[in-house]
Amino acid sequence: MDAKDILGLPKTPLPIPQEKKSRPQKDSQRKPDGISREVYALTGGVAPLMPSIDVSQLKRRPPSDEKITWQWLPFTSSARKDDLQLYHWVRVVNGVPPTGDYSFAKYNKSVDVIRYTDEEYEKYLTDPKWTKEETDQLFDLCERFDLRFIIIADRFPTHRTVEELKDRYYSVSRAILVARAPSPGEVAGHPLVKEPYNVTQETERKRALSMVLSQTKHQERKDAEVLAEAKRIDESRMAARAAEEPDLPVPSDVGPESAEGAVGPGDTISPANVQAPAAAIAPSTSVIADNASTLASLRMLRVYLRTYALEQMVQAASSSAGLRTIKRVEQTLQDLGVNLKPKVPTKAVCAEHLELRKEILTLLNLQKQLQYKEAEGSSFRDGSYGDMPGTAKRSQRAADQDRTFVPDTISFGVIPGDRVVKREQKRKGPGRTSETPSSPAGAHKRPRKMKASDL
Amino acid sequence: MVDTSLSKKKDPDQPEISLPTLKSQRTKMGKSEDSEKKKIKDVEISVPIVYGNAAFWLGKKASEYQSHKWTVYVRGATNEDLSVVVKRAVFQLHSSFNNPTRVVESAPFELSESGWGEFEIAITLFFHNDVCEKPLNLYHHLKLYPEDESGPMSTKKPVVVESYDEVVFTEPSESFLARVQNHPAVTFPRLPAGVTLPPPVSTEDESKKKRGDTKDHPLSQWFLNFSEADELLQLAAARQQVQAHIAKLRRQISLTDGQNQQFKPL
Repeated sequence: MDAKDILGLPKTPLPIPQEKKSRPQKDSQRKPDGISREVYALTGGVAPLMPSIDVSQLKRRPPSDEKITWQWLPFTSSARKDDLQLYHWVRVVNGVPPTGDYSFAKYNKSVDVIRYTDEEYEKYLTDPKWTKEETDQLFDLCERFDLRFIIIADRFPTHRTVEELKDRYYSVSRAILVARAPSPGEVAGHPLVKEPYNVTQETERKRALSMVLSQTKHQERKDAEVLAEAKRIDESRMAARAAEEPDLPVPSDVGPESAEGAVGPGDTISPANVQAPAAAIAPSTSVIADNASTLASLRMLRVYLRTYALEQMVQAASSSAGLRTIKRVEQTLQDLGVNLKPKVPTKAVCAEHLELRKEILTLLNLQKQLQYKEAEGSSFRDGSYGDMPGTAKRSQRAADQDRTFVPDTISFGVIPGDRVVKREQKRKGPGRTSETPSSPAGAHKRPRKMKASDL
Repeated sequence: MVDTSLSKKKDPDQPEISLPTLKSQRTKMGKSEDSEKKKIKDVEISVPIVYGNAAFWLGKKASEYQSHKWTVYVRGATNEDLSVVVKRAVFQLHSSFNNPTRVVESAPFELSESGWGEFEIAITLFFHNDVCEKPLNLYHHLKLYPEDESGPMSTKKPVVVESYDEVVFTEPSESFLARVQNHPAVTFPRLPAGVTLPPPVSTEDESKKKRGDTKDHPLSQWFLNFSEADELLQLAAARQQVQAHIAKLRRQISLTDGQNQQFKPL
């Protein structure tokens, strides 16, 4: 035992006389102070370093004038229909036991279930799908179980769904209320009258809910994707429409989107169908939509400065480009001797400036494309080293970072003295280094995995 | 798909084409209330302006806190009278000035002060009711000291910094358009087919009105010239270069593609 360890006593149980001697020793050392040693051991076995409750902070209750005792006394409850007497502990003050009803009796609430007479049934409540007997049974159960329909459905003799039972109950109650009311206006405020139970809606709602709850993770993700796609298409369609003339025919790339606009929650159209055309349309519509929405928002302003408008249009046009690309565009502009912000921003100048920027973006993209294709070509010529495990993933990940295009996954080796592909090393990839411009001559060459920064 | 920005390239003044939104009969009847509310869609009207400051060093008369006398202003780019559109201009100065909010109710919209520090001045232009209800903000950094710090400061030649910009009004009201039809301060758009304007209503006697243009302004000799021609030329040349480069790259790409075809791995 731990106590013995601390004291350095041998673990084997001591003979009795020695135990007696050592016990007072232990007691004085351990100081459990009112609790047994085993209990003390539960809390860690050692005195706490700091008191958990600061005793001085505890409020001192003023010494009470009253004499408090606790007595085991009988009681009855008004919530019970019989006269059962039960016993419990009661706090007695100065010899006077507490008076009044059992304190929990007030919680015994029940529902006021409206009961109809047979006459009323004949007059208002007959229904082809319900016999009087069934309806009576229903109402009995409702009263007995306080409108707990799940239980009522369970107890109901014939098989009925919860929604059917609810429907019958609420429509009967409603009919009775309306029939008994002196004028329709008086009951119009009653919740039963104001909001009738809608069976079909409820059935549908519960069905949909159970469907959603029983979806697999996979299904969930697919639904989320489809909804996001539909939303994006909707927005771009809205923006395009805002900028378009109302009389002009709707542009062709909006056509297929209208089908997607009507996508329900993963129900009607299969996700695969939606995603393929949507993906193809997305890039072009996003750029056009950006422009269109910028124009629309400018128009909303009523008055603006030409320079501000140009800024917005430039932003919209470069929205698909990363920061690096934008910097390169600006560098190119400077090299061409063009002011980054026109000195005389007239309408014509701004338009030309915008077009120039767009053309430079195209130029940069083409440059990348060409470099990539040349690299591809050189790898084919020099003999590919084949795919290494993990190559595909790395290149793909690196490619994803550069949003302008996605290269295929290839790897190629660098042969010393032969073609050296030009690389731009401006961007530092996260830990993807190991750049070997020329590997040592020899048989062992680790194929360099291609990175997006190469292009 | 109509790309509206492309259409603007061809003809700077060509507005986007739309069917006429107003009925000419109503125009001819001349209901002024209607024409104030009637906005002409897809037409924009712009006012080229220049704003900035001119600062004179006070030389011998300069004190520690009043080393320069400067004027901040907003003028028409061709020195025409801006009060045809601008109702008033509010210049918000640095808080160290007395009454830093200076309101100028008539053209020329300018403010003169003396001081020693450079700071950003916020200029708010308020337009006439038929022009636009929203004001527009301009920001100008007051420049007192010449760029070339080592050069001598002269009391005769001011330090002038100006910025060119254009105030664009979208969907202008009929009455606004009618009023400024022939005014030189405004770049009037080509109206869509079928849209006619009522003849301009003559206001006060022209001779009695105070001159608001800045053609003979005391500072006019220092005003900078802004010509779009140079910039257009520059841009056109740049575009040509870029386009040629693009064509070359496209050729190279298709060439490389062809070459790669032969070596594609199985």
